[in-house]
Amino acid sequence: MAALLEVSGLKAFYGQTQSLYDVGFEIPMGGITTLLGANGAGKTTTLRAICNMVRTDGTIRFDGKNIRGMATEEIVRQRIAHVPEGRGTFTTLTVDENLRIAAYTRKDKQAVKDELERVFVYFPRLKERIQQQAGTLSGGEQQMLAIARALMLKPRLMLLDEPSFGLAPLIVLEIFRILRRINEEEKVSILLVEQNAALALDLATHAYVLETGKVVMSGPSDVVKNDENVRKSYLGY
Amino acid sequence: MAASSKKWVLGAIVFAVLVPLLQPVFPDVVSNYRLFLVSTMIIAAIAVLGLNLLTGFNGQFSLGHGAFYAVGAYTAAILMDKLNVPYWATIPAAAIVCFIVGYLFGLPALKLEGHYLALATFALALAVPQILKYKWLEGLTGGVQGIVLMKPEVPFGLPLSEDQWLYYFCLLVMIVLFWGAANMLNSRSGRAMMAIRDQYLAADTMGIDTALYKTVTFGISAAYTGIAGALSASAIAFVAPDSFGIFLSIKFLIGLVVGGIGSLLGSVLGGIFYVLVDNSAQSLTQFIRNDLGLPFDLSAYTVFGVLLIAIIYLMPMGIAGGLYMAYRKLRGARA
Amino acid sequence: MEQLLQQFASGLANGAIYACVALALVMIYVSTDHINFAQGEMAMFSTYISWQLMSWGMSFWIAFILTVIISFAMGVLIERLILRPLHNAPVLSIIVVFIGLLAIFNSMAGAFWSYLIKEFPSPFPKADFGIAGVIGPHQLGVVLVTLIVLGLLFAFFRYTPLGLAMRAAAQNPQMARLVGVRVDWMLALGWGLAASVGAVAGIMVAHIVYLEPNMMGGILLYAFASALVGGISNPAGAVAGGFIVGILENMVAYAGNQIEKATGVYIIGNGEKLTVALIIVIFVLTVKPAGLFGRVVVRRV
Ligand SMILES: Nc1ncnc2c1ncn2[C@@H]1O[C@H](COP(=O)(O)OP(=O)(O)O)[C@@H](O)[C@H]1O
Ligand SMILES: [Mg+2]
Repeated sequence: MAALLEVSGLKAFYGQTQSLYDVGFEIPMGGITTLLGANGAGKTTTLRAICNMVRTDGTIRFDGKNIRGMATEEIVRQRIAHVPEGRGTFTTLTVDENLRIAAYTRKDKQAVKDELERVFVYFPRLKERIQQQAGTLSGGEQQMLAIARALMLKPRLMLLDEPSFGLAPLIVLEIFRILRRINEEEKVSILLVEQNAALALDLATHAYVLETGKVVMSGPSDVVKNDENVRKSYLGY
Repeated sequence: MAASSKKWVLGAIVFAVLVPLLQPVFPDVVSNYRLFLVSTMIIAAIAVLGLNLLTGFNGQFSLGHGAFYAVGAYTAAILMDKLNVPYWATIPAAAIVCFIVGYLFGLPALKLEGHYLALATFALALAVPQILKYKWLEGLTGGVQGIVLMKPEVPFGLPLSEDQWLYYFCLLVMIVLFWGAANMLNSRSGRAMMAIRDQYLAADTMGIDTALYKTVTFGISAAYTGIAGALSASAIAFVAPDSFGIFLSIKFLIGLVVGGIGSLLGSVLGGIFYVLVDNSAQSLTQFIRNDLGLPFDLSAYTVFGVLLIAIIYLMPMGIAGGLYMAYRKLRGARA
Repeated sequence: MEQLLQQFASGLANGAIYACVALALVMIYVSTDHINFAQGEMAMFSTYISWQLMSWGMSFWIAFILTVIISFAMGVLIERLILRPLHNAPVLSIIVVFIGLLAIFNSMAGAFWSYLIKEFPSPFPKADFGIAGVIGPHQLGVVLVTLIVLGLLFAFFRYTPLGLAMRAAAQNPQMARLVGVRVDWMLALGWGLAASVGAVAGIMVAHIVYLEPNMMGGILLYAFASALVGGISNPAGAVAGGFIVGILENMVAYAGNQIEKATGVYIIGNGEKLTVALIIVIFVLTVKPAGLFGRVVVRRV
């Protein structure tokens, strides 16, 4: 399978402090890949590095093209959607506006409308709240909104930063089911960052484990799942 | 470094004291008008020093120091005009009044940081001329007309011209005030002031009464600038509301930025600088109009504005700071 | 009674002007966290541009529209060339640059057009416009024009994708980038719009206060008061604040007049209007920093 995203020798810095050292991984076209690691391992930083939200060094190839150093908004326009840590809700905008903002460059009004309808198929709950101020949504709804907004970008690759964070288990399951559907039906490749390793390994086909800014292990999910260290450290048995 | 800079300062003072005595020798170079001009530079330096104490050493912004300058000037003018107080006695009076006014303004200022303090003081600067025209105060302030005063007389039958005497008087006040400021900054209180500027939270936990220091600094800063105002009332022998508008405060700001934010001697440079530009702009305009034949009035404020922006881009430490950095670089290169 | 009504109407007209300038201030504030101390002088400069265009023979409204466009470009350029490189600079540097701009615009206007006071025309017909004894033709015109401009602006922000992108960029620039919004350009556009709205205010008020380089000083102070009353990060509040302050100002002066008439004691009048604004500014900043409609709290120490 051809790789959609290839990352190699990636380093990232916050000011003078380095947070990533020589990170490398590949995301296969159409697959779901997960990036695991303890708190502070550098997962969020990796996603930020892909979108040039931190200072980086190394190579990041998307669809064969080096995108490292491009402005964040240009990277997004290559159809990489980033669902950030904390969901990034535009709290004072309505749900409708939160979704439309992702389509603001598109001239065709009808197409945007169709796009919205398509997104609502996955998230009927958002349709009910379409005129509500997004800041008043529940945590789970805001997470759905963030994913729905990412979908509005018609992404080829979706980066998700801990979508389960702070949500009730039932909601998490619902969101993960939706993610699987999005992956299959929309042909969106996914890079999923999670602390909930069990769930992530079930969903993903490939897994990478990050420790203090370095990839320490990688392989097909099944293999990683059965690794003794992973089991002890991340799965808790 | 400290010893050698002390020598320089002493040398400069001796030079400054001797200059008027050269008047008989070089009557064209050291004219009365020039001495008067230097007096206004000294006054400007004191005003800028006042602003620098607040902004440079304590980290509080003010775009409204013209207000304290006005209070100082009017205090002096009213005392001289209504109560026949001698001009020299108006200096401490203006200092006290401005300290109180500054301290009081410092209280609400405690709640404001950065932009908001700048906004509040900017608003103050805009409103000052109108406040000075307030009808109830007219009896004291003379309303729009202002107050016409007498120039300070030469005391003790000294063989000096009025301008020479004014020069010495301003010089004396400046030396005392700079000496006071230098001592204060070197004391525990001065270090506390700067600690507040540098690390607000740390200062709080070090047991420094931040609120007290900030308000008192506001008062002292206002007193310094107010003394400058009082001196200017004596020097110009006239006060009127419209000379205390926003542009006066802008002059202090240019003095502060040019001289260097947080530099004592820089305040002198800054004061000299803005008076110099203010004065030469007129002759430049005449040059442009008469010699170049262009219908264009070059205002000092165009120069000020361009400089303010240029300095922020090129020399964020001010001209004094920039020169010092260059000097250090040179020495570093040699070593 | 008639006098009161007239005072109210003229307060409304002034309020419309303050609303425009306040909105300009707020537009820049919400997207960059900066208070543009040069906003008033930019508006004054724009007004001179329209005066120049008219003196070259253009009709009022053509000059008006051209000036609004030129001002827009001027705002965009200032943001891109002067402020953008400083986006990580400390607050003091930014303030100094704004004061520098203020001084430049003020002195350049004086240099190009002299400090002599100029008459500025009103485009509204003297007869058949306004309501006799209630509101004069120019006052009515000012209120109408500013309401139209404000309406257009709100429609732009509310209903167009670009307006939405600008709001998003102001609210959460990081996230806006992540949905492909070119945030830097949104800030520049915001500056452009602010300069345009300021130009409208300047052109409308110049007939009332006469054209001169210092004509916006007092109005800027009022606009600050308006923006603060409405909540400095709330555009709709700024507009409401403008009208509130405009009417309040005239009512205070009116009340002062009545008191003087009744008791012979002068307390407050037209001469204290700026002082009233100063008190509003300091009061709101220290006591109620979120403004009347309290939305976002001003950051305080
Ligand atoms: N904004 C920041 N500034 C400085 N250091 C940061 C910042 N964000 C994260 N870090 C540091 O980078 C490292 C990786 O953090 P992060 O990528 O957020 O970890 P994770 O998402 O895996 O929990 C940590 O040591 C963290 O302290
Ligand atoms: Mg994280």
